[in-house]
Amino acid sequence: MPSITRLSADALAQKLRSGEVTSVEATQCHLDRIADVDGKINAFLQVSADDALATARDIDARRAAGETLHPLAGVPIAVKDVVVTKDLETTAGSKILEGWIPPYDATIVERIKVAGLPILGKTNMDEFAMGSSTEHSAYGNTHNPWDLDRIPGGSGGGSAAAVAAFEAPLAIGTDTGGSIRQPGAVTGTVGVKPTYGSVSRYGLIAMASSLDQAGPVTRTVLDSALLHELIGGHDPRDSTSIPDALPSLVDAARQGATMDLTGLRVGVVTELHGDGYQAGVLARFDESLDLLRAMGAQITEVSCPHFPYALDAYYLIMPAEASSNLAKFDGMRYGLRVEPTSGPVTAETVMAATRGIGFGDEVKRRIILGTYALSAGYYDAYYGSAQKVRTLIQRDFADAFAQVDVLVSPTAPTTAFKLNEKLDDPLAMYLNDVATIPANLAGTPGISVPNGLVDGLPSGFQILAPAKADDRLYRVGAALEAALEKQWGHPLIADVPELV
Amino acid sequence: MATKLVAYDDAVKRYDPVLGIEVHVELGTKTKMFCAAEVSFGADPNTQTTPVSLGLPGALPVVNGKGVEYAIRIGLALNCSIAETCRFARKNYFYPDVPKNFQTSQYDEPIAYDGWLDVELEDGEIFRVEIERAHMEEDAGKNTHVGGADGRIQGADYSLVDYNRAGIPLVEIVTKPIEGAGDRAPEVARKYVETLRDIFRALDVSEARMERGNVRADVNVSLRPTPQSPLGTRTETKNVNSFRSVERAVRFEIGRQAAVLDAGEKVVQETRHFHEEDGTTSAGRIKSDADDYRYFPEPDLVPVAPSRAWVEEIRAALPELPAARRRRLLGEWGFTDVEMRDVINAGAIDLIEATVAAGATPAGARKWWMGELARRANADEVSLEALSVTPAQIASLESLIADGKINDKLARQVLDGVLAGEGDPAEVVADRGLEVVSDDGPLLAAIDAALTAQPDIVEKIRSGNLGPIGAIIGSVMKATKGQADAKRVRELVLERIG
Amino acid sequence: MSAGATTLARMSTLSRDEVARVAALARIDLSDAEVDRLAGELDVIVESIARVNTLDLADVPATSHPLPMTNVFRDDVPTPPLPVAAVLAAAPASEDGKFAVPQILGEE
Repeated sequence: MPSITRLSADALAQKLRSGEVTSVEATQCHLDRIADVDGKINAFLQVSADDALATARDIDARRAAGETLHPLAGVPIAVKDVVVTKDLETTAGSKILEGWIPPYDATIVERIKVAGLPILGKTNMDEFAMGSSTEHSAYGNTHNPWDLDRIPGGSGGGSAAAVAAFEAPLAIGTDTGGSIRQPGAVTGTVGVKPTYGSVSRYGLIAMASSLDQAGPVTRTVLDSALLHELIGGHDPRDSTSIPDALPSLVDAARQGATMDLTGLRVGVVTELHGDGYQAGVLARFDESLDLLRAMGAQITEVSCPHFPYALDAYYLIMPAEASSNLAKFDGMRYGLRVEPTSGPVTAETVMAATRGIGFGDEVKRRIILGTYALSAGYYDAYYGSAQKVRTLIQRDFADAFAQVDVLVSPTAPTTAFKLNEKLDDPLAMYLNDVATIPANLAGTPGISVPNGLVDGLPSGFQILAPAKADDRLYRVGAALEAALEKQWGHPLIADVPELV
Repeated sequence: MATKLVAYDDAVKRYDPVLGIEVHVELGTKTKMFCAAEVSFGADPNTQTTPVSLGLPGALPVVNGKGVEYAIRIGLALNCSIAETCRFARKNYFYPDVPKNFQTSQYDEPIAYDGWLDVELEDGEIFRVEIERAHMEEDAGKNTHVGGADGRIQGADYSLVDYNRAGIPLVEIVTKPIEGAGDRAPEVARKYVETLRDIFRALDVSEARMERGNVRADVNVSLRPTPQSPLGTRTETKNVNSFRSVERAVRFEIGRQAAVLDAGEKVVQETRHFHEEDGTTSAGRIKSDADDYRYFPEPDLVPVAPSRAWVEEIRAALPELPAARRRRLLGEWGFTDVEMRDVINAGAIDLIEATVAAGATPAGARKWWMGELARRANADEVSLEALSVTPAQIASLESLIADGKINDKLARQVLDGVLAGEGDPAEVVADRGLEVVSDDGPLLAAIDAALTAQPDIVEKIRSGNLGPIGAIIGSVMKATKGQADAKRVRELVLERIG
Repeated sequence: MSAGATTLARMSTLSRDEVARVAALARIDLSDAEVDRLAGELDVIVESIARVNTLDLADVPATSHPLPMTNVFRDDVPTPPLPVAAVLAAAPASEDGKFAVPQILGEE
């Protein structure tokens, strides 16, 4: 039997059900693994060992008492620090929230607790989820388990690295422009951005309200489906939560694993394939297209002519919404309060000093950009135009999905780059999200599936589906995963260095 | 430094005032506009909060459907069109009592727009005020300034913030420029706000208590040389929180702006503060960069698109509005127009209606509330409602008179007892022994004594001159401490003299 | 498109003063060095993202919500409030059940 930490969540859940392993054992194994390797990875900002073990004991007792439990009950999970957890420090990777103990739980955390998954701790991230490398965390960067000198992607680098380093079988991420999928691609893990509104945002510290969406980070497609079903579904506390029930995702993943895609129409997005993409990444991508074809899929090329403008629209809408969402961090009600070093001490000057000290460079950059884009005289040309481009991107998707069932592209244009490589070039950093952003603007779902190594580093295969058709991601994702693993003889993640 | 003023009468002779009034009303919903925190007056600080109303990270707003319904009610009562679809927006500005540092409001898509309200002035003239819009938004928290002088902002050492009020639903009603009011502009302003208050109460959307800040007005005033001239620069006097203050603020601004214009200077576009103690306004903030509110559609909320069926349902269920009610009561009560106007101006219409409902005649109810009770309220400088007597008690007082149990003079003594908290009129009559003496025995004794004491008057009466009979009756009344029925005394005197 | 082109020309410079003005509006103290750096960086970013205005957007409606939904309302029923003690425990300063904040200049 492989080490407990090497098991997928589904495999671990089966062993918990059969009584082969207890949740306390499973939780302790993961806590030990964190103790062993997280000094090198820095995936966790907080480890909540006592609470996790208490949950595990409770689940073991309930299971022993014959209670019917959630399929994932007892399987440990890590939660990105942008998600509010009652009585557990939540900082969103920012100094301005250092020490903040929330008095309430996010809806998805409530659901995780009700289902009985021990929460191992909170994972590192770019401050307020702003970044593509986790280098913008106020609490140090996270290292990529495949190469400790490289970034784990961002903003959810902590969740992806924790899962890739076997510190947790499951993790929660959030994806505003690719923050689940891009880290998934560069760490060889699976990451899903669900349809906007299908997973509650209540308790997610908002970056851009109309783009943010929480989703699963796992090592297998099936695990993502299991976690997605757990956290998804209507929430009356989120006005943008969709009331419709989604098709079964777990069934779709199991169906996909049979490797039959007969009749499936797959569109390769012309605009997300070519210039700016690393040759090896494209090579792996094209090889996977052959695998899809071999499973019966029809591959065509589809143009989405406005996708080249998606990044521009995104960098107007996201900062604009973020500038307003982050206004609440002012040192008056919670978090850091800093007095100015000179001049009068007033509410006004304390707010400005607190925000000047409490926010990091990237956050300041985006708040100022967003404030500028919304300010008098610029609104129409910036925010207003961006909202119109958003309509054009939605139309591109609608036109494309009239021709094909799913769209595909490489998830990120390159494999993980070196730490500090792009830190001083914001625009280059932003380009990491070029393939993931369109789905956020349109509200449509996307998945990144491990797609093989390029010079020893993982790359990702992105699948995009129409809104509310998240099941297609799982069907196609599981099929590709199965075909690739058959080819390799083992999951990609088995190649990750031992670290100890 | 005293502000230069032009005498009001002079100012309105030479300048034409134009008003704009923004009224905020706090809706009387059970919970806040965007979260389920309970709303009740007088709760301990910060005991009515949720993550949403405290602006905690991660919190999300959800619209209170009742708040939308109340806003539509107000819109319909103000003869507005109700938007087919409208959105909330964020008004971004930093202030400690605004927990998110933006106010969720409506910007370019109000729920109600293009309406009007007829306002009845003191003399019965109807003045129509055009309504630009009514939109939904949320209230801010409350700051208390600690240290410094008298709790004002200036000089305070620090402030304490209570977020109980933060998030209470507000509807803001904005007029179009109010033109043509001329020298009656201050009265129009006051009557407009009063009329709105009455409508809010009739619609049951708010307690609409000015003294609790349920209704707050911002008053814009500008002057121009003639009604044909383009609009002048306006000032906005903020948070004018009583009817009288609305009138005084407009009056003061007209005099002040006239002096500025007379001196050949320009009126500064600014917000101004009203000072209750002397009825003046003083300069506040000049319009600046901080007014760049960076409005954008609230992404955490979806559009409000009231179906036409819903709007019609709300319209059909609208209660009778004050103006219609006044017309109805005028017919039912048979008052003259002047009497009715006096009743309205005295704020006695509800009291009279309740008194009539409790069994009094309209004339009887009016007599009491507009007469004796008005005098007493006036003497004590309180409102009629503030008197410690209920319409039911007045109705019972009236019925005691009608039954001959007491007379008018005794009734005033009974009222004294009621006002002194001695109980209902019947109890006061019993406890004080104020009932009319209707037993002939004691009366005849008193009459005989009076006749014996005044033989000359008896002679006159016998000779057919009934004039002096009043003197005899007076003596009897005096002897019986006013508890005799004067009519009966007269009958008995005539009987006695033969 | 001519209007768009002139807008673009005006927009493509983000001066130091503009950055300082916007930072004040966003209530963020910036050092002189930060203003200098941000002016340079934002100028490049703004120039890039202003490309959205090269599209013909005249007849395109704006999208502010990714999925079309309307009328999401809550019943007017209270839920228990947050405990005051927990709420104030997280505050930098409090007094008498209220949040204590530095003196407020300006006005409501």
